[in-house]
Parts: sequence; C-alpha cells; structure tokens
Amino acid sequence: MSASIPACGPPNLGNKMKPIMQSSQAENVGKPKSAPGRSMQSTQKEFLAGLLSQRKAMFGAILLAIFILAAIFAPLIAPGDPTRFVGRQNQPPSAEHWLGTTGQGQDVLAQLVIGSRVSLLVGFTVGLLITLLGLAIGMTAGYLGGIVDGLLNVLTNVFLIIPALPLLITLASFLPPGIATVTFVLTITSWAWPARVFRSQTLSLREKDFVAASIVSGESTFRIIFSEILPNMMSLVVSSFFGNVIYAIGADVGLAFLGFENVTTVSWGTMLYWAQNNSALLQGAWWTFVPPGLCVALVAFATTLLIYAVDEVTNPRLKTEKEITAVLKKYRITTKRATPVIRDPAG
Amino acid sequence: MKYLLRHLGLYLLAIWVSLTLNFLLPRTMPGNPVSALIGRMHGKFSPDQIEALKKAYGFTNAPVLQQYFDYLTHALRGDFGLSISAYPAKVSTIISTALMWTILLGLVTLLLSFLLGTVLGVIVSWRRGGFLDSVLPSLFNFIGSFPYFFLAMLALFILGFTLNWFPMSHAYSDLLSPGWTWEYIGSVIYHLIMPAGTVILVSVGGWLIGMRSTMIAVLAEDYIIMAEAKGLPQWQVMFKYAMRNAILPNFTQFGMSIGFILGGQILTEIVFSYPGLGFYLVRAVTAHDYPLMQALFLMITLAILVANFIVDLLYVRLDPRVRAA
Amino acid sequence: MALLDVKNLQVEYLTARGPVKAVDGISFNINPGEVVGLAGESGSGKSTAAHAILRILRSPAIITGGQALFGERDILSMSDEELEQFRWQNIAIVFQSAMNSLNPVMRIRDQLLDVMQQKGFSKSQALHRARNLFNLVGIEASRLDSYPHELSGGMRQRTVIAISLALSPDMLIMDEPTTALDVVVQKDILEQIAVLREKLGFSILFITHDLSLLVEFSTRILIMYAGQIVEQAPAYELFKNPLHPYTVGLMNSFPSISGDKHRLTGIAGSPPDMIAPPSGCRFHPRCPKAMPVCSQKTPVMKTVSEDHTVACHLY
Repeated sequence: MSASIPACGPPNLGNKMKPIMQSSQAENVGKPKSAPGRSMQSTQKEFLAGLLSQRKAMFGAILLAIFILAAIFAPLIAPGDPTRFVGRQNQPPSAEHWLGTTGQGQDVLAQLVIGSRVSLLVGFTVGLLITLLGLAIGMTAGYLGGIVDGLLNVLTNVFLIIPALPLLITLASFLPPGIATVTFVLTITSWAWPARVFRSQTLSLREKDFVAASIVSGESTFRIIFSEILPNMMSLVVSSFFGNVIYAIGADVGLAFLGFENVTTVSWGTMLYWAQNNSALLQGAWWTFVPPGLCVALVAFATTLLIYAVDEVTNPRLKTEKEITAVLKKYRITTKRATPVIRDPAG
Repeated sequence: MKYLLRHLGLYLLAIWVSLTLNFLLPRTMPGNPVSALIGRMHGKFSPDQIEALKKAYGFTNAPVLQQYFDYLTHALRGDFGLSISAYPAKVSTIISTALMWTILLGLVTLLLSFLLGTVLGVIVSWRRGGFLDSVLPSLFNFIGSFPYFFLAMLALFILGFTLNWFPMSHAYSDLLSPGWTWEYIGSVIYHLIMPAGTVILVSVGGWLIGMRSTMIAVLAEDYIIMAEAKGLPQWQVMFKYAMRNAILPNFTQFGMSIGFILGGQILTEIVFSYPGLGFYLVRAVTAHDYPLMQALFLMITLAILVANFIVDLLYVRLDPRVRAA
Repeated sequence: MALLDVKNLQVEYLTARGPVKAVDGISFNINPGEVVGLAGESGSGKSTAAHAILRILRSPAIITGGQALFGERDILSMSDEELEQFRWQNIAIVFQSAMNSLNPVMRIRDQLLDVMQQKGFSKSQALHRARNLFNLVGIEASRLDSYPHELSGGMRQRTVIAISLALSPDMLIMDEPTTALDVVVQKDILEQIAVLREKLGFSILFITHDLSLLVEFSTRILIMYAGQIVEQAPAYELFKNPLHPYTVGLMNSFPSISGDKHRLTGIAGSPPDMIAPPSGCRFHPRCPKAMPVCSQKTPVMKTVSEDHTVACHLY
C-alpha cells in the first residue's frame, strides 16, 4: 500500500485502534477544477475512470459488492427463520449445514447471511449519519470562525478525548437494547473525528481565491458553502464516509458483542455474543465465531482498499510516487543512499 | 507552556463533562439505580429503607443543583457509594484492584506496540519499494481490520484451548496468592502474553503505517539531504535526523489513540476474563450496577486524560518549537 | 592541476513520461582558489549538476554518464562508504534555504559537532572549533545553544556557512545561497563569504540565476541553458563582451542603477521541454539571431579568445 493513510473514519473500537491521520489528499483538494462548481460532470467522469483503473479498487469494490448483494438477496439465499432450531447443538460443518450449527442448534450459514443485513445496514446508516453530522458541524465551525468556531471546536475536542467505548457503554446501558439504541448512541458520540477533518479542510479552502471572489460577488453564505466549498471537498467526504462505515460496523459489532443489541436479533455481532456466552471456545466450536469475525474483517479490508484507491486517484503526488516506484523497478534500481550511476543506454 | 495549559484546560473540561453526564443520565434516562437494586433484592425493602437507599445514592428531594453539588463533592473525594451487584461493598474498593490490572495491561500493550510499530515504520520507510515495504504495511492493514476481541477469541481458541500453550483466563494463576515472589510475577507475565499480544498485533499496524507516513514526508526534507551531504553514517541520518522529526506527529496522535486502545482492551479483557476496569464495566452493566458502572467510566476517562497529559509533557520536551510558542 | 574536473556529465530524471535529460554533457573545471559562477534560468540544470557532483540527487534522478574527478578520484564511481568519507571533507555544500537545511529539533551546536566528531575530532576539540567558526562568520558563540527557529534569516545562513567550513573543505558548492534573503542581508553575506575565502582559500562553485551577483564576485562564469553550457569566460570579459545571444539576453534582463538608461528586454519564449528538447541548438526557438543551421546542427564549444569559449553558430 502506498504512502499515507487517508483521513477517513474515527478509529474503530473493535478494529484498527489508530486514528488515521490527515489525508495526504487534503493538501490537494480545493484546487477548483475548471470553473468552480460548474462542469462537475467531466471531473466526476475522470474520477470514476481513474478509480476503476486501479486494481486495488476493483478488488475492494467487488468484494464489498459481494457482501452487499448477499445482504440484499439474503432471504433467497438462506430462506426461513435463521433462529429456528435445525439440528443438534455445536455441530461442525457438514454437507447439511455448511458452517455447522450454533450452541442453540441454529444454522450458522443462515445466520451469517441474514445477519449481514443488520450489520451492513447499521454500518452504512451510522456511517452516513456521522459523515453528515460531521460535515454540518465541521463546515459551520470552519467557515464561520470566531466564537462559533471556538465553541464548536471545544465541543468536538471534548468528544474526541472522552474514550469512545466506555462512553458508548454508559449511554447504551440506560436505554433498551436494540438496533435503534446502537444507532443512536453511535451517531451522537462519533461525529467528532469527521467534524475535525472537515473543519480543517473548510478552513484551508476558505482562504482560497475562488471563495474570496464569490464573497465579493455577493453570493450568500449558504451558496458558497454548498456550491463552492463542498464540491471541492468531495473526495475527502467520500473517503471519510467509507472510513466512518468501517468504524460503524466495527463499533456495532463491538456493542452487540457486549449485549447491547437485542439478543434476539440476528447480526454478526450477536453471533459473536452468543458464541462467547455459550463458551464456544471451550467447546471447540470455532465455526460459531470465526465466520462472523472473518466477514467483519473482510468488509473492513475491502472498504480500506477503496479508500486507498480514492486517495490515489485524487492525490497526484501519490500517483507520481507510485509511477516512480514502478519506473525504478523497471530499471532495477534499489534505493541506495547516493545517486546511482548507470552508464548503459537503458536510461 | 501555553500548549500545556490549553490541553490541561481541555482535560479538566472533559472530566467535568463526564461527571455531569454521570449525574444527568440516571435522572433523564429510563434506567434508575435504586429500582435496579430493589429489583435485585426482590422488593424486600420497607418504604423507609427505600427512602434511605434513595438518599444514599443521591436521589434526595433536595433541589437538583444541590444534588449536583453533593454528587460532585463526593466524586472528588473518591466516594462513589456502594456497589449494587456486590452490595454492600464500596465501589472504590472494587475499582482500585481493577485499575491496577488495566494499567498494567495498558502500559505493556501501549509501549510495546508503539515501540514496535515505530521502529518497523522507520525500517520500512528507509528502503521504500523494498521487500519489507511491500509486505508489512498491507499485512498489518489486514490484521488491523479484525475486531480486537475477535483476534482475542481466535488466540484463545488456538493457543489456549487447542494447543494449551497459554492460560485462558485471569491475571495470574488461581493457585497463587499475590506477593512479590518470582513465581507470582512470572505467572502475571505468563497471563499477560495473550491479552497483550492480541492488542499489540492489532495496534502495531496503525503505528507502523503512521510512522511510515511521517518518515516519508520527513525524508523528502532538505535537512536530510544536508545530513547525507555531511557524510554522516546511515544510522545517524535515519535516527537523529529523520526519526527524531518523524516521531513528533505520531506523539500527538498517541494521546488520542490511548482512548481507542483502551476501548479495544476492554473487549479483550472480557474474552480473557482479565480482571481490569473493562471487565468489571461490562459485568456492572449486565447487573445494572449503575454506581459501579459510572465510577468505572469516570476512572477509565481519568486514566486516559492522565496518560494524555503525560504524553503532552513528553512532547514539549521533544519539540523545541512548541516550547517557544 | 584542477581541483575538480567535470567531464561530460549527464544526469537524467526517470519519469513515467520517459527520461528527462536535465544535464546533457557539461564539462568544466575548477582550480584551487577560484570562484566559478554557474548561471542560468530555472530549469537549466545548474542545481542538478551541482548536486550530482556530490551524488546527493534524489530518486528518480540517475547519473548516466561522465566523470567528476577530484584530484585522481572519480566521485561518480565511488561507493556509498567512500562517499561517506569523501563528502564534506573535500567538498561541502551550502543550500538555498538555510532554514530548511537545518534539523529543527537539534541544537546548532550539535549540528556542527556531529560532522566533526564523525571525522575524529574529540568533543572538546570540536566545540573549540565550533566557537572559532562562529567567530569567523560573525555570530556570537552563545548562539550555539539555540535551535534553528530561534535565529534570524541572516544568522541561519551564516550558520550554514559555518557548518560547511567545519572540515576545512577545499571547495564549497553554494547553491543560490542568497536568493532567499533580502538585498541588504544578501550583500552582507556575500561580503562575509569573500572575506572567508581570502582567509581560508577554498574554491567556490557559485550557482545562481542572478548574473549581476556573479560579475563582481567570481573569477570565471559559466552560462548554462537547457542542460548544456553555452558560454564560458572570465567574469569581466563576459560582462564586457557577452557572445552567446542567451548571455546577452540575461545581461539585458537586469536593470543597472548606474550608467546609461537602456531598455530592459527579457528573453522571449519559455524554457524548453527537456523530454524532447529542440533540435540543433536548443536556444534557437527563442534566439533573435537564429539562422537556418541553428535548427539543424548542434553547435560545439569553440574558443573565441583567451579563455572565452562559446557554443554558437555565430562564431
């Protein structure tokens, strides 16, 4: 994977712990593509074309698409109620039950497929909500500046520094377990990281000439934010959205694992909850927890690839770095310390 | 110094927000500690006793502001009342041992993953396009995609259950009693390996990729070319010039990451039944033991803020430009 | 014998669009005690050539031909270890931006000491020498304890010069050392350098785009265009009698405070694309005196008068 990490979502509770740093693409976003705000179609086309030419993107997109399609067509793939009793408990994978049975005698594969609907739905919904909320707060703070910025900034920092999982647990414990609770608490606690990212991007865009021109020509604040600044942030918003989705899926699974989702719901997280509570590990029933965990990891990984691809397409510096590495490999130059001297005509 | 004061101010604000949140939540949300306790005791209390209990947990008839003030003063004194699930044990007693274990596990994982990730990041960035560079970041990226607790379960299953190489629960062998003996310390370390190992494995990737990122940016700077032109040996350029500068942005990230590592650690503690704050937090939630739960939340937050402050102090030492500001 | 003898140096940058030949066969030498100025516009390859001599060019640059003889040894065939030994002792370099050349988290003192201790000085010897160097460049020794950001622009440049002299090199490469400074400080620094040179006797390869600086300061001047040297002459001779149309254009681009008023003319056009440079003489698209042969044949360096060479079909 090349160079820097994109600034996507907040660190995953259950997954990557490290807050992903400021996107290298952030420095490049904001060059008004042709006439600012207009002729978006051509740049959008270039963007998609560039994206599709990346092998990583294709792999990530296909993998993600498989999961999404499986979730959509789940009732066709695994018909019936996934919680019904189908066989003896903790049976290893067999021809009849491809992934075996759970500690309650339910079909693991059926649960996995049906459960993907909840996990992905919550993940994408929360991811979207966090991105929108973060945009609203971040852009307001960044554009308006002054006291509004000061206050919103303090608010953002407080939410960033109070540890996420303990806060989530505390909040969720006062509410009835269920998807609504999980969605709610995740949304109101996790907007801070994207808000911070969007705020700093808005701040730097605000200083650009094309914004000054718009202000002078009398455009309303609303229009400036939506037609001038936002379009120039789109690639950042997209990669942030994907990052937030990864975070949300992980956090949802984490909360479900702790029992905050209604335990009668079927999702990847509750599957792990039951596996832990039925002491699957102590009974050697690895098929009850490995599949859901693996699915979460694969979805996260596929989305990460997409984020890298978006980053590469939008950051010319990254692109040229990749090209340079490829060119160097072609001439078989390994980076020694001093400038290499190659005298043959291959140069 | 302004830098430190600014951060300190933020931390104090965060503590206050946490305390206030703790105060408001039981009073605004559906759950209520006293009803929970009564529920537990299957309603064997007389109305007078119920009143006394309510008072003990701060639900007096006094005006809300008074209750708030009382609550704050109690909390600052370290008095969090009595636990419900372990009634009548004091919350503070339960917390103190748990705190110790969490800090031990936390310090070990934090330091080791930071060191490992940073050094690997430096090495990988030095030979860009080399073998390690093409393998390690992607590999750790993939490992980092797994939920902490899932890897913990996997490790527990493979290394603990199947291969029986490591103990599967607790902080030290049940056969031993705590004390400064080699046996005890050895047992503690032995029990640390799996929980710490899984958290480190998932976290290293983040540090590695972050360090690699900053190293690449630093290596493009002119003072690195100058160091090379001076004829300094490779290790000096790599560490004294490059790493010394590249590590700074990672330090500021460090502070924020602590919160998140601890989140993952909480989940890992559950899988391994490791008796830390996280472990008790979840038990408290299941038992609706709100006083314990809220105190644990506060403790965890406090631990993170303290850790953040220590990192800030370190950062000021490392970056001379900040001292001037 | 010349201190540094560069023969037919060629440097390429490998880009995805193809190799860009930034330096295409330049030859020159520098004798002990000389100040040789290397002038040309941005993109002419002068910095690239200078960095190539010390082999500190970054990827994707590669050196594809030529020699850089320092005495008997060819710098271009040295190994990493030999270069480590060679650098700074024999040739040192002063970069354009002093602020960027200094490690922001290390004290100045340590940045002076490390290169000396590397070559065998003891700590106290090195410290003593550091104080002397600072005296030489006119900074008080107490500033050794400072960090780079605590010094002014002029002080930083002097610091970098002091560091460059730490091992008493025979030659200094100065890459636009005053471009980033304001005019008054510029003059100060140049005077300082001249004084130091008198005292210590090192040669200088002075790179700049500002020809007016060189005329007073250097012994000889080389004019570089599009990766090639197009004219070479002693400083005064060049000033009095510029031969190559490009040199003439450069001279006319600078206003002079004294003397007759003359029209400022720039040089029409822009620097050529180095992936596919113009055929024949690279300057011909912009040359006011271009002839048909200029686009067909590349001119060779001819000696026109004593020590004055030029590559142009006019001669």
